[in-house]
Parts: sequence; C-alpha cells; structure tokens
Amino acid sequence: MREITTETITETVAQMCMSANFELGDDVYAALETARTKETSPVGRGILEQITQNAGIAKSEGVPMCQDTGYAVFFVEVGQDVHVKGSLREAINAGVRKGYEEGYLRKSILSDPIKRVNTKDNTPALIHFDIVPGDKIKIIIAPKGGGAENMSEVRMLKPSDGAEGVKDFVVERVNKSGGNPCPPVIVGVGIGGTFEGSAILAKKSLLRELGSKHPAPFYAEMEAELLERINKLGIGPQGLGGNTTALAVFITTGPCHIASLPAAVNMQCHAARHKSAII
Amino acid sequence: MSDQKKKIQTPLTREAAKALKAGDNVLITGTIYTGRDAAHKKMVEAIDKGEKLPFNPEGQIIYYVGPSPTKPGNAIGSAGPTTSYRMDAYSPKMIEVGISGMIGKGEVGPGVVEAMKTHGAVYFAAVGGAAALIARSVKEAKVIAYEELGAEAVREMKVEDFPVIVAQDAHGGNLYIDGKAKYHQA
Ligand code: SF4
Repeated sequence: MREITTETITETVAQMCMSANFELGDDVYAALETARTKETSPVGRGILEQITQNAGIAKSEGVPMCQDTGYAVFFVEVGQDVHVKGSLREAINAGVRKGYEEGYLRKSILSDPIKRVNTKDNTPALIHFDIVPGDKIKIIIAPKGGGAENMSEVRMLKPSDGAEGVKDFVVERVNKSGGNPCPPVIVGVGIGGTFEGSAILAKKSLLRELGSKHPAPFYAEMEAELLERINKLGIGPQGLGGNTTALAVFITTGPCHIASLPAAVNMQCHAARHKSAII
Repeated sequence: MSDQKKKIQTPLTREAAKALKAGDNVLITGTIYTGRDAAHKKMVEAIDKGEKLPFNPEGQIIYYVGPSPTKPGNAIGSAGPTTSYRMDAYSPKMIEVGISGMIGKGEVGPGVVEAMKTHGAVYFAAVGGAAALIARSVKEAKVIAYEELGAEAVREMKVEDFPVIVAQDAHGGNLYIDGKAKYHQA
C-alpha cells in the first residue's frame, strides 16, 4: 500500500486550479491561430485575434483568461493500491478553496440552486471518482464556465433514429446555441450509456487533445462530417457570423440498453481549460 | 460594416446611439456601469418602487459583467462579458429610464429590441472570454452599490478604448442574423 498525504493532494489541486485558469493549452492556442488564418469574416478574424492575445496576457500576467473561472469539475482515478490518510474528497475541496483564493479566481458556486447562496470559496467541487489498478492517483481538473454549460443538452433518442438522428441533434444543439457559448466552441458528444451516463461521456470527450482523431474510423468520419456541417452554419466567432463556429467535435461512446439511444452534447467555449497531474 | 474603429465617448446620447449600426467596430472611452442578474433585479425593483438608482441612468452604458477578484496592483480582475439574455426581463425598463447602451455577449430578445427602437439604444457585443484583454482597457473601478453581491455588485468603471462590436442596433439591425446569413453555406 502506497500512502499519499492529504497535504500533497491539496497543494497539487490548488496549483492546478490556478494553472488551468491562467494557461490555455497549446493545442487550443494552435487551433485558434489556424482558425484565424482561415476565417473569411473580418469581424470574426478580429475576434479570434482578441482571443489569442487574451490567452497570451493571461499566461504572462498570471490572471484568469476568463472571469468565469468555473465550476471546479474533477475526474479522479484512484489506484486501488493507494491509501490516503484522511478524506480524499476533503483534500480536493481544500485545494479548490486554496487555489481559488490565492489565484484571485471568481467564486461562482451556490449551496442551493433555488435559494442561491454563494459558498464564497468555490466549493464543493464536482468530483467523478474512478477506481483503477495501480498505486497512483490521477487528477484531472476541468473548470467549466456557465455560458457554454447552459447550452448543453441530453436527449433520449429512439434506437431507430440511428447515426443520422444523433448527427441532427448535435447540429441542432449548436445552431440553437448561437453566440451564447462563446464560439468558437469544442463540441463534446456522448452517445450511449444511460441518461446520466451519456452526459458524463460527453464531458469526457472535452478532455481530448485538439487535433487528435477518434481511434475508430467510423466515429472519426462522423466527427469530421459534424465539424463540417457545424462550420457551414455561419454562426462564427461569438455568433457574429463566420466560418469558425467549432474547433472540433469529439465523440465518446458507451454500451447502452436495447430500448435506448441516449445522446448528450456538452458545449465547451474556447476557454477550454483542463490540466492533469499524477501523484 | 467596416474595419475602421469608431471612437465614442460616454455618456452616449440617444442620437449618438441611433447613429451606430450593426457591424460597427467601436472603442468606448469614459465611465460605464456594471451589473448582472442580481443587481438588475434590485435596480428594477427600485425603479418600480419609485426609488433612485445607484447612478443617474441618463445616457449611460451598462456592462453585463461579474469580474474575477482584483489582484493587488491591478484596476480590476478579468472582466469579460456575461450572457445577455438573462437580463432580457430587466433591460426594457432600464432603457426606458435612460440607459442608451448595453454591453454583453449573445443575442438580446425581442422585448429589448423593441425598447431599443422606441427609445434609441444600442447593444454591443464584447468578446466573451477575452477577459484579461478587456481588463487592460479598464483604468479604474469602484463598487458603488450592492456590495453584498460580491462579483455581482454595481461598479463604476473608467474605461479607455474598450473594444466592442455593435451587434444589434436601434433600427432592428442584427449581426447575429445578418452575419450568420452571410456566412451560411447550404
Ligand atoms: S462561455 Fe467560456 S469563455 Fe464564455 S464567458 Fe463562459 S467561461 Fe468565459
């Protein structure tokens, strides 16, 4: 049994909260640059330029790239040969508290959805735990802003709707979102699982590196076709017209019930923040 | 629509608001006020009760933003726009009492557009997520009301060349519709 202290976890999480919010991934930055050279709308080009400039300022000054520093969403894989002395969940929350305070990050979490009282330290985090073989803990943080999350949807399709039904749903969802999720977006799609399972698959899709291809040719083709259809919608950067509406469409699939075809679309803005660490 | 940037100074008169057209690139200099969901609810309640607003709304521009906390040495934290449709229920009344411009992201609804046409007001889009860049154009900021709302408090901001795009104008011009139509490929 390998032992990991809660202090190590808290410190790692605090640092990750800050770096995720300050430093846009190189893959996203590169995709934005490429999009700028291809964008035909002058307004759109100007917007993409502001977005890449913004990423540079955030990184060099150590300030959040977006004021909405998000819900602190975690995917944590705990090796079954690891022992954490104390509460792992509390250690992660302590890290969020510390990181959001020390990094001057916005606290956007309410303790109750109807009474709407701010917890003032951005906790609790939303943590998806998984148990895996090994003696390490892998932590992924993906802070999620409200604007893009609000444009997301789960739909229980009929099995007979098939691939075409899923594709139409994805394109319709992006089209209805317009400028609200801060396009250019990354479209996370989850197909299969259950009602909640499809949503988690969609969210996991957003962790993929931009430029990567789906390992299965069938889904790689579906991703390419969806991206093309979405970029023909004309929504463009910030919804003000152009041919850069999405930087990527990523699909994750899972087994599902004979009677169901759950599909989920999780919208991600260009402030596509995620960092990972292995302890 | 032109690449040329128009410079405007606040306060923005009804006439000056009407002269702006969807697609114009604009740089705003002067004093603007911030507010989002909770502050708008309070301000509209104040108007309904016949009370005074925290600032004189005549010809003022309101920015839908909830900045991140200010780092020591900076004028403001990161300060990009929030989604505007959440203010749709309140904006017509704000326009009626004097607001001539709103800054946010995403389209505003038909009720707001009607008020913009009737009274002469304009809706600007700032680039959502360009929060650190926008913060550079904010020279001073202070909370003037509803401090208890934290990030959502009403702030008075002095801005210099704040970059925005006229998204919906006082004549029904709408870049969300026209811009999309122009680049839509069947
Ligand atoms: S959708 Fe993303 S970029 Fe836009 S305001 Fe929200 S977090 Fe920021």
